[in-house]
Amino acid sequence: MTVNGEDLQIKDNISLYDFLKQQGYDTLKIAVELNGDIVPKNQYKDIILKNEYTMEVVSFVGGG
Amino acid sequence: MNIIFNGNEVFEKEGITLLEFKQKYFENADVIILNGFQTNENRVLKNNDVITMLKKGVMPSKDVLEYMMMSRHTPFVHEKVKKANIAICGLGGLGSNIAVMLARTGVGKLLLIDFDVVEPSNLNRQNYYIKHLGLYKTEALKMQINDINPYIDVEIKNIYIDKNNIVELLKDYDIICEAFDNPVCKAELVNTVMEYMPNKKIVASSGMAGYESSNIIKTIKKFKNLYICGDGVYEAEEGRGLMAPRVNICASHQANMVLRLILGIYEV
Repeated sequence: MTVNGEDLQIKDNISLYDFLKQQGYDTLKIAVELNGDIVPKNQYKDIILKNEYTMEVVSFVGGG
Repeated sequence: MNIIFNGNEVFEKEGITLLEFKQKYFENADVIILNGFQTNENRVLKNNDVITMLKKGVMPSKDVLEYMMMSRHTPFVHEKVKKANIAICGLGGLGSNIAVMLARTGVGKLLLIDFDVVEPSNLNRQNYYIKHLGLYKTEALKMQINDINPYIDVEIKNIYIDKNNIVELLKDYDIICEAFDNPVCKAELVNTVMEYMPNKKIVASSGMAGYESSNIIKTIKKFKNLYICGDGVYEAEEGRGLMAPRVNICASHQANMVLRLILGIYEV
């Protein structure tokens, strides 16, 4: 799968939520676009990733 | 030919020079601004040149004042920024400085949202003064903007922004600045706007604490309508405070990206 422009090997049948956790993301501090569409937070656990998907993740750090 | 002089159209003969024009229309002017550039060099005027002349220390009439305040802008920028409306979410180090910059730029309508009051630890980087301590940030900022540019329509909301009120608060605004401190709040605002109002442009921020290099603070475009300013890394944490220089650099990135979006430029 392509994540932030890089090809990554993903586990079969992994959910978006588990993938993000595995990559070390704090799901409260990110936004995710999958195949060009924003993914609502309440769907992270339901979405099963596929090899042909393209994902962009942005994460926020504190300060302002 | 047509010359725009202190906000009004003037018809003049071909070949007239800047100094002849000054002689005729404003002999004792001591500042001349030609197409956004202050100059004393004489040249032949061209059709559609925009000229502002002013006498220092003299208060012009209200309609001319607004025009003069914007005379250092690139020509015809003022007309576009005057029609723009921008929401600023959070009025701390980022939001207070963004608001003041957009006010100086002449953005026609600003929505300022924050729930908090000004307190002493804000003054190291936020655009407030001792006299504002204890006031709502919204009200303190509205007073300042009125002193900077009284022609701006400033709407204020003293409210804590969360996913339940984001759509109602922001639905009438085209461009949204995320200027929060808390990363969970940043993500919540960005996610909610993109999910429910996908056509809005968001200019957000991430990473501007400490005194790392200025040059690692950037503006990047992500997704369809999201712009993120900052270094993406250096967060406020124990041992790394937020300080005026880098917070202002990041705020300036956000304000300039907002200006570019207003002018129809979508690349960073």
